[in-house]
Amino acid sequence: MTQRVGIEVSRAVAIAAKLANVDVVAAYPITPQTHIVEDLSEMVASGELDASYIPVESEHSAMSSCLGSVAVGARTFTATSSQGMELMHEVLYVASGMRLPVVMAVANRALSAPISIWGDHSDVMSVRDTGWIQIFVTNGQEAFDNILCAFRIGEDRRALLPVMIHLDGFQLTHVIEPIYLEEQGDVDRFLPRFEYPLPLDPDKPVTMGAFGPPDIYTEVKKAQDVVLTSSKEVILEAWKEFGDIFGRYYSPIQCYRCEGAKVLLMTMGSFSETAMSAVDAMRDDGHAVGLLNLRLWRPFPFAEIRQAVKDADVLVVFDRALSFGGPGGPVCSEVRSALYSLDKRPKVVGFVGGLGGRVVSIAGFREIIERGTRIASEGTEQEFEMFGVRE
Amino acid sequence: MTNTAGLVEIRWHGRGGQGAVTSAELLAQAAINEGKYAQAFPAFGAERRGAPVVAFVRIDSDNPIRVRAEIDEPDVVVVLASDLLRVVNVSSGLKADGILVINTPKTADEIIKEFHYKWALATVDATRIARETLGVPIVNTAMVGALLKAAEVTKLDSLIEPLKHRFGRLADKNINAMQKAYEGTTVRGKSN
Repeated sequence: MTQRVGIEVSRAVAIAAKLANVDVVAAYPITPQTHIVEDLSEMVASGELDASYIPVESEHSAMSSCLGSVAVGARTFTATSSQGMELMHEVLYVASGMRLPVVMAVANRALSAPISIWGDHSDVMSVRDTGWIQIFVTNGQEAFDNILCAFRIGEDRRALLPVMIHLDGFQLTHVIEPIYLEEQGDVDRFLPRFEYPLPLDPDKPVTMGAFGPPDIYTEVKKAQDVVLTSSKEVILEAWKEFGDIFGRYYSPIQCYRCEGAKVLLMTMGSFSETAMSAVDAMRDDGHAVGLLNLRLWRPFPFAEIRQAVKDADVLVVFDRALSFGGPGGPVCSEVRSALYSLDKRPKVVGFVGGLGGRVVSIAGFREIIERGTRIASEGTEQEFEMFGVRE
Repeated sequence: MTNTAGLVEIRWHGRGGQGAVTSAELLAQAAINEGKYAQAFPAFGAERRGAPVVAFVRIDSDNPIRVRAEIDEPDVVVVLASDLLRVVNVSSGLKADGILVINTPKTADEIIKEFHYKWALATVDATRIARETLGVPIVNTAMVGALLKAAEVTKLDSLIEPLKHRFGRLADKNINAMQKAYEGTTVRGKSN
């Protein structure tokens, strides 16, 4: 039976990987991801999970081991964060380029320097173009559910792509909250066995990751882009079937109280729930505002975003990462360019905040919406504004 | 009596190793097992044994909890080590109708005389109870009992399963510590 339990989100993520019946976990611990891999390591040691746990000496080796294990057809999971993900950076491109569907939980955290173990989305944005499917989750339940979905999506023959599930460090990883843990039988029904189409096999030798000279490299990259873009269909299908089995449905963008909204705020990750409370308060005061909670970061949901903002006058985008010397928040700059070709589009105003664990309160989001609306009506030369910064 | 309907926010102050984070976790699990919404988490960051630590619990009987920020304006403050009263401003932001729950061998009157608290106050000698029941001065489970006497945010019995799950063969001793502390806690109304 499905159980509603009070559990730390990290532990629920580990249980999801166990329910997915992973064959291999290769990981290196880093705050705030540590509890996820600690739990998996214990499960393997106690025999609760029949898998190989590879305790590697770095994140570069963690991801390299993951590639090898997927290549022989083993279902493979890892988790990392921040500097750890930076250390595995070059290998991330190899996973997607070689079509190896590793699933990785990323406990989102700021990047050094100065050293910060606290949360923001700098690490996500630094791996934006690595060719992975990338999904943000809003709470512990979404984290548990989307780990299960990630295997189903990534291992689908139409995708065969690695998947990152982004969960905010500390604000999600270290919080105990009620989560529905699903039954093994139902998970098995949702998640078929992993059958890698052309695994490494000494009896049937294949070449993987071969040289790509100039006469083929462009075609390979085009094919990679096509498959990542079209993986959206696989994602939507998996989310639909997940909902049909478990009763919780997901979409690339969650539209919260968007009916008739003239001003929309867009956020990602756990801050979206705080922002919902700000939207509720403003709706109570008669303001036509709504929230777009962006879940699917790659492939980027162009059509869904254009549809969601078509009746709005103002779109305020809140980023938790900064493109130094550039257009501010990476999400805002992508949304702005996605809307540029439309005849009718909202004014887009960008804010960057919540860096390195700085909390944005309900009142803070209200201020962001109000200030964004004012900037939209008055106009500004600035590309974006830093929120809550002491100057 | 502290309001226990709707959202209740509880802040725990202890020293690293005393089990403040575990207390918070057990309490949230008990509330969740009762079908309520609850959330527990430590102050985010690096922690050291012996240093002052903080943990947080939110319990809401009716609605999912969306806010994930640390608790600045608690309804209840639980203090596991009374020497912290001189080190940390434990009552910071405590609501006017809130309550302080303190592990101390002193009486409520003595504490108020010393610190001039304006809030309702619950006192218990949890260190003595822990020594007697557990044989060690680890007061986290005793202080859960004290908290529930001061503010009935969950039923005392709802803690039994989380305690059993958490402490295994040491569960009975911890359940005993919690119950003894529940019985031994004195609640004094707000000073005027």
